Amino acid sequence: MNRLTKTFHDLKASGRKGLVGYLTAGDPDLAVSEANIRAAIEAGLDVLELGVPFSDPTADGPTIQEASMRALAAGTNLGAVLALVGRIRRDHAIPIVLFGYANPFFSYGFAALAADAAAAGADGLLVVDLPFEESAELRGPLAKHGLCYVPLIAPTTSPARAAATLAEAQGFVYYIMVTGVTGARAALATDLTEHLRALRGVTTLPIAVGFGVSNGAQAKAASQHADAVVVGSALVRAAQEQRVAELVRELRAGLDG
Amino acid sequence: MKHAPDAGGHFGSFGGRYVGETLMPALIELDEAFRAAAVDPAFNAAFTDCLRDYVGRPSPLYFARRLTEHFGGGKIYLKREDLNHTGAHKVNNTVGQGLLAQRMGKRRLMAETGAGQHGVATATVAALLGMECQVYMGEEDIRRQAPNVKRMELLRAEVIPVRSGTRTLKDAMSEALRGGTTEVRTTFYVIGSVAGPHPYPLMVRHFQSVIGTEARAQILEKEQRLPDVVVACVGGGSNAAGIFSGFEDDASVQLVGVEAGGHGMASGQHAASIGGGRVGILHGSRSFVLQDADGQIQNAHSISAGLDYPGVGPEHAHWAKTGRATYVPVTDKEALAMFHTLTELEGIIPALESAHAVYEGGRRAQALGKDAIVVVNLSGRGDKDIDAVLAMEAQGK
Repeated sequence: MNRLTKTFHDLKASGRKGLVGYLTAGDPDLAVSEANIRAAIEAGLDVLELGVPFSDPTADGPTIQEASMRALAAGTNLGAVLALVGRIRRDHAIPIVLFGYANPFFSYGFAALAADAAAAGADGLLVVDLPFEESAELRGPLAKHGLCYVPLIAPTTSPARAAATLAEAQGFVYYIMVTGVTGARAALATDLTEHLRALRGVTTLPIAVGFGVSNGAQAKAASQHADAVVVGSALVRAAQEQRVAELVRELRAGLDG
Repeated sequence: MKHAPDAGGHFGSFGGRYVGETLMPALIELDEAFRAAAVDPAFNAAFTDCLRDYVGRPSPLYFARRLTEHFGGGKIYLKREDLNHTGAHKVNNTVGQGLLAQRMGKRRLMAETGAGQHGVATATVAALLGMECQVYMGEEDIRRQAPNVKRMELLRAEVIPVRSGTRTLKDAMSEALRGGTTEVRTTFYVIGSVAGPHPYPLMVRHFQSVIGTEARAQILEKEQRLPDVVVACVGGGSNAAGIFSGFEDDASVQLVGVEAGGHGMASGQHAASIGGGRVGILHGSRSFVLQDADGQIQNAHSISAGLDYPGVGPEHAHWAKTGRATYVPVTDKEALAMFHTLTELEGIIPALESAHAVYEGGRRAQALGKDAIVVVNLSGRGDKDIDAVLAMEAQGK
């Protein structure tokens, strides 16, 4: 069983909500980034979303844009990110999803990427700007190497469109709670319950909700009708302030409380 | 529609829709609305009337006698898009998209701009249609193109400075995509070039095809034959797509796109995505992109803000691959020289963007000899560039 599938299965069995944490690989350099990632995992992440930096991150707000620029300035490329996955995999069984934009993956080559990511110990790929219509080219190689294709579903996605997309998905589905870019927000979406109910109607995959969650209380509220919450920008900021483990524990307490 | 891409917006292996899921349903809706409008006689009548009475079309096809004599070769004709209201071809497209936005019940237009021509054209149409308008513009371009910023502000558009990355068109477009994602339900994103996700490359070409349709009829009337060469500058490529589309089926007509050669191709400081890039995915479509070995987008360089972009429309990539059109670079220095030459010989101050095309048009006319006919798309006027050119020359650059 794929590590993602197993993790969500175990969470469900124990009646817990999952915590998916995003960190940009190589921010501010590979060594510090690796230390932050290890600290986050050890503090209780259930799934690691490892951001592959891109020069033009059109779905990201300022926090992750700046993290990407720092990582690129330090020379981080996809090869280095895959090596980082390999090092983490030696010590941890946590599922790892590579999170990024189409061009660096396309430039590496989808087939080579799938092979190398699987060899390094990654479990899935989430490509922000590769909607379902353009994803076949990537899904083939992912399937061949046992990697999950994790799609994004937005508040603007109709149930019919979600159904078509999720028919080809594995692992989990990432539901974007708000129309907008990544980043911490003061208030959560008000129509979340309704959207998640509709989404449950078209898929049996676990649902992780993200975009805007930054603290334990928000995590608890957002997780009410979901299987997991994703925390990105807030974790990136916490890493900068050397309190990543602290934030993970707070989020964990919020979800478990 | 002739030469349409497939249903997903692919021109051969280029194009498509590479955007976040939040935008996908809006793009599908836009595609449907555009296709319905394009075959609706009422919509087309409103578009044509507006182009005639408001934009001032048809734009003349002008025989540039002194420029022709200067090069001593074939006849050079200039398609005078510089005479359009707002001073460039950009307004053809913003009128079309503005009317479409109105038809779709949207109240606010949003645009990215490089040289400011598209921003001005969008702000103008917003004023005309009584809509709100926001324009994303890089800080560096705000500095380079101050007159256009003032015009947009007079038109009551909100100019949003973009401080990320290169602070030019690339980052303005990234920021507009972010803004468009946030405001997807209320705002119509008016893309100014044949770039971006489907249906924009098709839709913008469609609205700009009036240039080629007119130019073909005009040259046949004046010369009773088709030209040998049609030349246009290519940043994203909308003026070129507009004029090329009129001649695409005329196999005898050579189509030449001029990319910004910047400091020269060997310097690496240029904006020639076809000439110096490789296939990649940027801002919603697959095309030629300036990028490093890791797929990170590289900074473009051009003297002209309107060509200073590391990507190019997917249909141009397709034309380059099939050989239907060829693409060549013209440097900053060559364009700047032609900016003066055309001004002095013809009393026409060209936009720096268009000066690239005129330079190549002259070179072709010279090479082909007296019997040849060359049509150059003079995509815009150079008023916006005067301050920057004078400042540059004062610095001795």
